[in-house]
Amino acid sequence: MFDIKKIRSEFPMLVNHPELVYFDNGATTFKPQPVIDAVMDFYTNGTSNVHRGDYPLSARADALYDGARVSLAKLLNCDVKEVAFTYGSTSGLNQIAYGMEKVFLKPGDVILTTQTEHASNLLPWYRMERDAGIKIEYLPVDQQGVIRMEDARKAMHEGVKAITVAHVNNVLGSVQPVKELAKLAHEYGAYMIVDGAQSVPHMKTDVKDLDVDFLAFSGHKMCGPGGTGGLYGKYELLQKMDPYALGGGMNSRFNSCGEVLLKEAPEKYEAGTPNIEGIIGLGAAAVYLMNIGLDEIHERERQVRRYFSEKVRELDNIEFYNPDNETGPITFNAKGVFSQDAAGYLASRGICVRSGNHCAKILHEILGTDSTIRASLYFYNTEEEVDRCVEAMKEISIENAIGIFF
Amino acid sequence: MNEKELLTNPDILRELIMDHYQYPHHHILVSDDSYRSLHMASESCIDDITVQTKIEDGRFKDIRFDGVACTISTASTSMMTDLLIGKTLDEARVIVDNYFQMVSGKEYDADLLEEAVAMKNVYKQANRIKCATIGWNAVKQVLDESEAA
Repeated sequence: MFDIKKIRSEFPMLVNHPELVYFDNGATTFKPQPVIDAVMDFYTNGTSNVHRGDYPLSARADALYDGARVSLAKLLNCDVKEVAFTYGSTSGLNQIAYGMEKVFLKPGDVILTTQTEHASNLLPWYRMERDAGIKIEYLPVDQQGVIRMEDARKAMHEGVKAITVAHVNNVLGSVQPVKELAKLAHEYGAYMIVDGAQSVPHMKTDVKDLDVDFLAFSGHKMCGPGGTGGLYGKYELLQKMDPYALGGGMNSRFNSCGEVLLKEAPEKYEAGTPNIEGIIGLGAAAVYLMNIGLDEIHERERQVRRYFSEKVRELDNIEFYNPDNETGPITFNAKGVFSQDAAGYLASRGICVRSGNHCAKILHEILGTDSTIRASLYFYNTEEEVDRCVEAMKEISIENAIGIFF
Repeated sequence: MNEKELLTNPDILRELIMDHYQYPHHHILVSDDSYRSLHMASESCIDDITVQTKIEDGRFKDIRFDGVACTISTASTSMMTDLLIGKTLDEARVIVDNYFQMVSGKEYDADLLEEAVAMKNVYKQANRIKCATIGWNAVKQVLDESEAA
């Protein structure tokens, strides 16, 4: 049973700020009390480094840190050894791009992606293109931003060594057919890489069922602390791939002749003292989400989004870009009003939304606008909040956008 | 009401911003090498404008701009062109300094800023200060460089 009242009572940001309607969850999410408690407990009762101490406090930190890995593995339905902690989707995707280039790719090999990816799933590949002669080719997307499998089959060829896409697009909320793409990639002996930043927080992500090879996600977009995330990889691939960061905690031994023996995956990807309290908080967030149920979260968001979508369709002054997508943000502009002015007006009414290019600059070349406003939901948002937002949206005008300064 | 009183009336100031946004002044770029061209793109928002300045005999002979920008960016830059064209660099420096005082919520001389006082409340919304200064920063850069030279 999805108890929205109970859930909202567990988020201090919601309790302390009833004046706000927070619709910027695609950027980051609020944290529930169990996550805050887990981090606070580390600061107030449990501070110690991991993997190094010979005293009970350090052993306690180890247990909590390793426990977080167990929780993430459960969230993704993978083996505990298949999750490395990262600092977010960006560091995960950079690791994958680096590791692919060093171990799996040679000049001339092709990476297949889309023009609608977030910067973090394009720029690392651009660098591989520039520095290592990797070629990038693009899969077309339809008007909803979705890759059609018949197009994917046409785009696929022997030179493609990996397909990399976001499971859920950050601007339009388009859900890509990741499972089918993985099957296609594997038919050609290519790897399937997934940016899970906007999917892992919102829907059940079963990496075994999807049969993807790598997946990166962020902690702060799923109720966890900032500066945390996870990198899933099939174990033999994680073992084979090179870490981009070298340092303490990830080597078994080394000598002054430069001989280095790395630890096994996943530890070899965790050089340096990790964000321990953050990771412990991330583990608590994963448990929190699993207790509610990822399917329940997904269904709840779909319901509220559908309600939001129906309301926005009725507004004559709003250009609505993605009415047909079932998940993800409501992406819109107020006609004749620059997006930042409109977002500024909404802010004056307590509505937190984001205007801009949302990192997917190329997408706007497809949408045909310089910028949009993104209202992105999470499971703790309500129909009442949607009503407040819609009422404010009705009144967006240049006059009102300027009026906020007087 | 005299001009001074008009410029304290919120309705008038709102209208001024509206007007400068919808019909910005000197809002066309030229291809002319005697102009200094500065591309001002905000790192934190969508604003992306180009400001051109032409200095002759120690004065701003012309200032122009164009680009993608919000109401505050467009209006504040338009007001700036009106205010600074024809001014000596020294006069412009005093006006620019006063403007930056105003948009950071500090003391300023309203008389010097004329219509640009419409931006006096922008400092209350920290995320919009960059909008009110994007065009002004271009001229500030030109002044800084001319003083350093």
